[in-house]
Amino acid sequence: MRYLPKSSSERDEMLAAVGARSIDDLFSSIPERYRLREALNLPGPLSEPEVIQYFKERAKENSVGYSSFLGAGVYNHLRSVVTDAIIQRGEFLTSYTPYQAEISQGTLQAIFEFQTLMCQLTGQELANASMWDGSTATTEAALMAERITRRQRVLVARSLHPEYRDVLRTYAKNSGLQVEEIPFGAYGTLDPKVLESAIGEDVAAVVVQSPNFFGVIESGPALAERVHSSGALLVVAVTEGVSLGLVRPPTEADIVALEGQSFGLAPSYGGPFVGVIATHEKFVRQMPGRLAGQATDSRGRRGFVLTLAAREQHIRREKATSNICTNQALCALAATVHLTLLGKEGLREMAEQNLSKAQFVLNELVKIPGVRRAFDAPFFNEFTVTLPRSVEAVNRQLLREKIVGPLALDSLYPELTNHALVCVTETTTRADIEKFVSGLRLALALPREPR
Amino acid sequence: MSDKITKASRHVSQNEGLIFEKSSPGKRAFELPPLDVPAADPAKTLGANHRSEGVGGFPEVSEIEVLRHFTRLSTWNYAIDLGMYPLGSCTMKYNPRVNEFVVRLDGIATEHPLQPQVLSQGCLKIMQLLEQSLLEITGMDALTLQPAAGAQGELTGLLLIRAYLEEQGNARKKVLIPDSAHGTNPATAVIAGYQVENIKSDSHGQVDVEKLGELVTEDVAALMITNPSTLGIFEQSISDIAAILHAKGALLYMDGANMNALAGVARPGDFGVDVMHLNLHKTFSTPHGGGGPGAGPVAMKKILEPFRPIPVLVEMGSGELALEQDRPRSIGRVKAFSGNFGVLVRALAYILAYGPGIRQATEDAVLNANYIRKHLEGAFALPYSRPSMHEVVFSDAVQKEQGVNTMDIAKRLIDYGFHPYTTAFPLIVPGALMIEPTESESKEECDLFIEAMRAIAEEVASNPELVKSAPHTTRIGRLDEVAAARKPVLRWKQGSGV
Repeated sequence: MRYLPKSSSERDEMLAAVGARSIDDLFSSIPERYRLREALNLPGPLSEPEVIQYFKERAKENSVGYSSFLGAGVYNHLRSVVTDAIIQRGEFLTSYTPYQAEISQGTLQAIFEFQTLMCQLTGQELANASMWDGSTATTEAALMAERITRRQRVLVARSLHPEYRDVLRTYAKNSGLQVEEIPFGAYGTLDPKVLESAIGEDVAAVVVQSPNFFGVIESGPALAERVHSSGALLVVAVTEGVSLGLVRPPTEADIVALEGQSFGLAPSYGGPFVGVIATHEKFVRQMPGRLAGQATDSRGRRGFVLTLAAREQHIRREKATSNICTNQALCALAATVHLTLLGKEGLREMAEQNLSKAQFVLNELVKIPGVRRAFDAPFFNEFTVTLPRSVEAVNRQLLREKIVGPLALDSLYPELTNHALVCVTETTTRADIEKFVSGLRLALALPREPR
Repeated sequence: MSDKITKASRHVSQNEGLIFEKSSPGKRAFELPPLDVPAADPAKTLGANHRSEGVGGFPEVSEIEVLRHFTRLSTWNYAIDLGMYPLGSCTMKYNPRVNEFVVRLDGIATEHPLQPQVLSQGCLKIMQLLEQSLLEITGMDALTLQPAAGAQGELTGLLLIRAYLEEQGNARKKVLIPDSAHGTNPATAVIAGYQVENIKSDSHGQVDVEKLGELVTEDVAALMITNPSTLGIFEQSISDIAAILHAKGALLYMDGANMNALAGVARPGDFGVDVMHLNLHKTFSTPHGGGGPGAGPVAMKKILEPFRPIPVLVEMGSGELALEQDRPRSIGRVKAFSGNFGVLVRALAYILAYGPGIRQATEDAVLNANYIRKHLEGAFALPYSRPSMHEVVFSDAVQKEQGVNTMDIAKRLIDYGFHPYTTAFPLIVPGALMIEPTESESKEECDLFIEAMRAIAEEVASNPELVKSAPHTTRIGRLDEVAAARKPVLRWKQGSGV
């Protein structure tokens, strides 16, 4: 087998050295009746070309050749080949968590740079080395708020990503956290009246997403003022990081839970992505996850170490702030390289292109009879429209034109019948948009499908 | 540096500051294609939400500077690609490059998790084949690929147990965890709403079966066991342990961190385990990447299947695959979308390359650990003498007499060109040296490691200060971690001189 570096004579030599007659001797501690006598029924073995062939065949069964108007937490952005060249360097790719600082300075300094970039983007004072994704980062932010406030109710905007809400509920169920949903109002943002009646001195946190699931930007400062006056924390989730190139960062938030997929990570059917928690310095000891910090050696040279580990599971065990161990380090590195490549101007330009394309497609869509903008509030690269008929039916028509249409919202929000969430990025060309708009116009002009 | 060090020589290492320190306004490393629609005015469309000043402090550098910056940083890391990385319990094995190639294919990397299922059959087939393969390897009945890492797999497993017990009428209060367990086990049990009861290992480092019999009451939901244990020793009484739990209606959870000792040789499903997680970034070779991403699929017996997290992969009557969202008995979702799919792709590529030959990898891993054990016994104390499987745990008891501890030896090993073993774990071995070579090491590399370890043992006797002040060849010395934690500096700031 090409991955195994031993000849059979070397194996024999090593067996003789350990005093074993056969390899089976080395497994004698496993009770005989549990030792497999037959080979496992597994596909393979495949040579390298065959492995490639298998995955190329699977790739053909997916969406190659389609344009897409899906976002909803996963965004298709430009990615430089430089990012992949760097993260595929063996020294980054095949190294472990940097516990041995002297021979892990590359990873440690990169994490420190990542933490800095995340602070700059979110307007927060510190950020951790990564969480599994935006959904678990949001959940951990709520649990962190519970620890800080010692309160147990969490009010969650219904305009938070439905899958994020699901994850939060899964975790909350057994940790004593009570999760209540706050609906959205006519502008698609958190309904302040309902918030007013729900909030109280027993609320640990109010969790919103901005831009929210419908693409609408929440009004942070006013919300923060109300939340803070009850002694609760404001948690802001950000699923579309590129928005931060143009949209005012949630500086008023106490904890920001960011999904960094937009920073150089492929959609990859949903992962691996990179979550981040950013917060105030005063909350650092309640932070989950790894942190890299600056340190000096005995000769005064600057270096970096994993620090404040007394929060973590390998030290604190059942008293840890979280059970997270393995995180998404290589994805965080990709985001670091990607954002460094873009730089200040590149990120701003990318954000401006997203904004411009979204404005353009909205303007074109509302020219179609019966298509209306659902929420009249500022948005970034995603927005909600209502169609005069079922989104699924329209999308079936669009698929014939090799277009993956916008996300139908009614299965996630029964109250939003015929609502579609449209997303465009800098990768969506004008030609894609025009084809989509004319395809949609045509689909709506067709006779209705029989029910 | 000593002439007798065979593996390593000194090498120039370039200095490099923080990327923020290289920034100069107006430089950039990436250009976008021109905008092909009318430009929107951000101030007008976003109003008060507009960030007019851009991201303050963001770096402005050119492409070659970015490339050199990160390349220089990379050279400060040790890596499997450079040599043996014998971290016990971490299974640092070769990460095949073809896996990195296939995960980046158009049609794999490009797929959106919410796209229509009719356009996702390729992704779903990959997940199905991986599920089937992992079930065959573990001998279990059902599986979820959703958990993002081992710790999330543990949580998923305990939530399955809780849901099952709740349906029986009593979720119970406690989870038992041996004192040799990974720290994630107790941390996870708390999130699942259970009290942790630590149980002491017996004099052989095994679960004390008699004691267990007393501890398992109807308050106990589960025992979380690692098998082989973190000592690298197979639990002799595993089926008795399972029987004790089952007799009281409790379940057996297995931490699969050490599955590299079993794949193709024995199956947890056959020896009484009810639910377990796998670490694809350990046993199934997906790269650690400096700390992640990983994936922690959970395999379970039939009784737990109805509670699997949504969505669940199902095969329709037509043969088409689908992700089912509507599962009323499910524990819910543990992560957005369908798990760390890119990691799943790599793991399947690894399994396909081996096929049933995965057994050979397990055998080589166990052979390497025993070969190293044989040659280091005598030089280092072996606190538990039961047969080793894929890893061996020594202690620094002999070296302690010279004032040298496991961390010192680990740091000295760096000078010899190796990454250290795992230090000070498991907790039941004071001053542990936990060594896991994996199957990826040749006899030559094992011999070099043995030579290095024996040379260090001699140095401890002849010149302990040399070992205590190691490493001597790295670009920086031991960093003051206490000072770093006392006054944490966790980010660069403009003009801070960090």
